[in-house]
Amino acid sequence: MEQTVRQKNSIRQDNPVLQKILRVVVFILLIALAAFTLIPFVWMVSSSLKLDREVFAYPMHWIPETFHWENYSLIWQKVPLLTYFKNTAFIAIVVTFLQTLTSSFAAYAFAKLEFRGRDTLFLCYIATIAVPWQAYMLPQFIMMRSMGLYDTLWAMVVLQAFSAFGVFLMRQFYRSIPTELCEAARLDGLSEYGIWARIMLPLSKAAIATLVIFTFVGTWNDFMGPMIYLTRDFNKTIQVGLRRFIQENSSDYHLIMAASLCSLLPVSIVFLFLQKYFIEGIATSGLKG
Amino acid sequence: MKQGEQKLARARMGRMERKKTLIAYSFLAPNFLGFAIFTLVPVVCAIALSLFEWNGGDISRLRFVGFENYATIFNVKKVSQNGLAYFFNRVDLGIALKNTVYYTVITVPLTIICALALALLLNKIRGAVVFRAVFFFPYVASMVAICVCWSFMLMKDGPINHFIMALGIDFNKSWTADTTMAMWSIILVSVWRNMGYYMVIYLAALQGVPKELMEAATVDGANKWKQFLHVTLPQLRPTTFFVSIMMIISCFKIYDVVAIMTEGGPGRSTKMLVTYIYDEAFTKVRYGQASAISMILLIIVLLVTIIQFRSEKKFSND
Repeated sequence: MEQTVRQKNSIRQDNPVLQKILRVVVFILLIALAAFTLIPFVWMVSSSLKLDREVFAYPMHWIPETFHWENYSLIWQKVPLLTYFKNTAFIAIVVTFLQTLTSSFAAYAFAKLEFRGRDTLFLCYIATIAVPWQAYMLPQFIMMRSMGLYDTLWAMVVLQAFSAFGVFLMRQFYRSIPTELCEAARLDGLSEYGIWARIMLPLSKAAIATLVIFTFVGTWNDFMGPMIYLTRDFNKTIQVGLRRFIQENSSDYHLIMAASLCSLLPVSIVFLFLQKYFIEGIATSGLKG
Repeated sequence: MKQGEQKLARARMGRMERKKTLIAYSFLAPNFLGFAIFTLVPVVCAIALSLFEWNGGDISRLRFVGFENYATIFNVKKVSQNGLAYFFNRVDLGIALKNTVYYTVITVPLTIICALALALLLNKIRGAVVFRAVFFFPYVASMVAICVCWSFMLMKDGPINHFIMALGIDFNKSWTADTTMAMWSIILVSVWRNMGYYMVIYLAALQGVPKELMEAATVDGANKWKQFLHVTLPQLRPTTFFVSIMMIISCFKIYDVVAIMTEGGPGRSTKMLVTYIYDEAFTKVRYGQASAISMILLIIVLLVTIIQFRSEKKFSND
């Protein structure tokens, strides 16, 4: 009895035809799911090339009857997209730079140096990761306003440049680097700054790549921060700028879709080239949600 | 003589110690200064501010009121007269809590099922890298663009209603304007957006399932389904737990999708905790009450985090 079960199973496992069929089924299923996932983007592209009255026409054409490329030149005149892009790029680049630099610096102290109060201080960092930003955004806002930072791009910079998350991520990585390496370098007369610059930094390229991508994409896509802080149009980021355009021209569907697509492009390109780091970073650190 | 030497040595040690500490602080300073000013101080202030009344303007208008803000947001007077049902159906805080919990309870399991299914399909298949990138992509796409796209697609004459009608279901309304479907459109977008992210975590966890266990199960005559049920699923338990905790926390912080797609409406049917905080703080400028609601959010998130810490200890002890 048991023998036959085992045989039946081994037949099922080894049967190449069955295996092949199973693989094809899984593949078709995956393609269907991928199509479902991408439908909104396809619809966005398709609608961005139509006239506004064609967007909701029935029956719907996935491929527009005539391609209205002029939508893409029209939006640059109707929306100050370039200003929005410039502001967002400024914030994203400065935040990413400051974040990576200061957190890898601080993480080195937490991971490889011994000093009084280290564990208490680190606990402080960890504890604030658990506190949702939405719970303290108001006092933060009041403070920033009293500092004269309200409605400036610098508000967005200082808001995001010193997050505890970066320090935590880098520290985890530095701890995996053997301490003997640092000690050997110390014996060779390298200062702590030298060790950081010449040994730790070059060894932590993968962790830095993860942090850079996360910070860049996070800042680029940030919505609530700019929504609270940036009110004048020339200060707006692409997210809140796009939203203002949507609210003011809510029936220009084709133009809204074209502008939305433009807002997606930079991050999509970054993702396309660096998706390996992105996905590996999540798989290993598994944090930030 | 010897004592003197010892003293000297100790002094030198002390100096070295101090130098070490100074160097360490110099590493910490750039990050810590920014962190202390812009995060630590506001966190402490948030707790204090919930005990004050302040409706904007000059700081001299700040007035200590004790727990009055909490009494107001819970509407203690009316609730004690009319019971809990009144709280959850009429009071803003009750509605926001009810909506947020409803959203969380449905979104978390749905996302887990989708993420796990995708991970299982992708595990050990050729071309997985391409599929992985496709499923992950919505997670990096910016909120405003995808939310406005979805709300167009869910409009009265949108493609989704056309599709549904072709299936024979009569639904001729804009999803985001309908009191029940508005919440479901938010759930739909959330699941669609986040499933790829958690799929990546599950994929990594699947790599960690020991091969020997699977082989042993096959030898014992388990089919694929039984293998999944009795080997894979139990092995993934810590991951599922971790993923659920992370997701519950992020669900309680939901704001973007709601702000862009429904603005909390129609009526108050998609009003969430953070939407409520935003309204009180930045639209109605009632800082004290907004801070009191923030504290409710904080307490919920901290409770979930404590559960996580407790269980992580249990997992590592097992």
